[in-house]
Amino acid sequence: MEQFKGKVWLMGDDIDTDIILPTEYLVFNTIDEMKPYAFSPLRDDIAKELQPGDIIVAGNNFGCGSSREQAPEVVKALGVSCIIAKSFARIFFRNAINNGLLLIENADLADDVKEGDEITVSSGRIEYNGKVYKTASLPENLLEILDAGGLVKAMRKRNGLED
Amino acid sequence: MGMTLAEKIIARAAKQETVRANDICTVELDLLMSNDGTTHITVDKYNKLKHPRIADVSKLVWIIDHNLPSDSVKTADSHKKMRDFAKEHGITFYEGEGVCHQVMMEHHVRPGQLIFGADSHTCAYGALGAFGTGVGNTDYLYAMVTGTSWVLVPETLRFNLTGKLPDGVYARDLILTIIGQIGANGANYKAMEFGGEGLKTIDMAGRISICNLCVEAGAKTALMEADEVALEYLREHGREPVECFRPDADAVYAKVYDIDLSKIRLIVAKPHFVDNVVPAEEALGIHIDEAFLGSCNNGRIEDLRIGAELIKGRKVHPDVRFLVVPASRSVYEQAVKEGLMEIFMEAGAIICNPNCSVCWGACQGVIGEGETLISTGTRNFKGRCGHRESFVYLGSAATVTASAIAGEITTADRIG
Repeated sequence: MEQFKGKVWLMGDDIDTDIILPTEYLVFNTIDEMKPYAFSPLRDDIAKELQPGDIIVAGNNFGCGSSREQAPEVVKALGVSCIIAKSFARIFFRNAINNGLLLIENADLADDVKEGDEITVSSGRIEYNGKVYKTASLPENLLEILDAGGLVKAMRKRNGLED
Repeated sequence: MGMTLAEKIIARAAKQETVRANDICTVELDLLMSNDGTTHITVDKYNKLKHPRIADVSKLVWIIDHNLPSDSVKTADSHKKMRDFAKEHGITFYEGEGVCHQVMMEHHVRPGQLIFGADSHTCAYGALGAFGTGVGNTDYLYAMVTGTSWVLVPETLRFNLTGKLPDGVYARDLILTIIGQIGANGANYKAMEFGGEGLKTIDMAGRISICNLCVEAGAKTALMEADEVALEYLREHGREPVECFRPDADAVYAKVYDIDLSKIRLIVAKPHFVDNVVPAEEALGIHIDEAFLGSCNNGRIEDLRIGAELIKGRKVHPDVRFLVVPASRSVYEQAVKEGLMEIFMEAGAIICNPNCSVCWGACQGVIGEGETLISTGTRNFKGRCGHRESFVYLGSAATVTASAIAGEITTADRIG
């Protein structure tokens, strides 16, 4: 994984899928149509002000609730480079990896970091304010999916069907 | 070293003698359920594949239940996409039959199966000893095309139930108590396995209600042994088990909880989390604008009987909309036969067709700014059932019906 930097959006515990993308927008045909409504129950400004490359840092159980894959898809479409949380709910975890959205678990960063600050992410570590936060690597099968940009792309690659 | 129920079912699906928690296994799926919440997107993704194919169409079950009947042109278009695809490929398809998980329990689920559902509450199938788990549409698509998927074998939390629930206290109160105890991510990535003498005292409706809600503690799946109660349900619906697994006596559990059912009390979950539970007494008197009796959690005939018995000869409070939504067509028919619908109508309830209704917050009955709903639905997340500044309380069929009568949160024993 190449090192990258990004501005932090800080969120709390139990950011559920209805917050990430409320039900009423699921019927839209494209993820682009859904983008303006991401995180709207939390705050209106997030989807508007989020810049490509920004990073979401959150507490426990990020993505709990529904299996709606539009939730990680809309986060990815907004250009979020990764989500760093104390823990992720399992369906969201799979859905995010399947769409090539990087998730990193870390127990401490969310308690230290301030919204708007910049952090540096690289393989196995996060740097913030002169402090290093160690992170665990994902299992091989998930790294393959992530590196390819999602499950469908990974299968294409495995079956020699690259564009 | 023995295996848990989850390990045994995954071992069968992976064609292995044994599996252990935290192994990653390739498994063959027995059934693949998908509903109108996301299937239109699965179809789009399928159509973009370079070599689209369906591994075994007999394993696919597609159900329109979330926005039924369609409430907008957009919904109608997404339904049409799903319906046309199902017809073209010969996929088992239901529309108007009921909420997906209830339809699956009535028509498809068999003990020993491993089932993916593109819906988080797929864990309900554990009530029949099947490993059901929710997935997104990419995982679903992969399973649809290959017939397989990968799973991380979950660690298991074991819940040993003893005793019997007190009169007027229901399985819904029990599972809300447990979720409150272990928290909204207390079972994250894990299986919740229920057993013990106490389980025998809980009927199938209660068991489905328990398993269904386990995802609200983060569980990957919920499982119960398919005992005589489950096998009787299966016989009544004309099906045979694939295999009735029992957990080994020396199975390894991440944690074991002993729960005395006689100690369970009436519970209400307050906004905006399912684990935000309090004894119902602590929520008394909270004004409500709407009450909802229905959903895959509590829309079965047993729940409608509880509601009807309570409201018979009484009226819905004039300031309350009381939505009664049977979980399936067969529940609806049975309720009509038993005269329950007449009771609800005379009381002033609004009866809707079997669907997910306000529980999913986009079809019918959504609540406005500042309004409060008490619901037997599955979730009370912020904005889940309507306006982002609205409030949802969760409780049993009895507590919801009692509150509909009183116009404020109350319990059945307090209705004069």
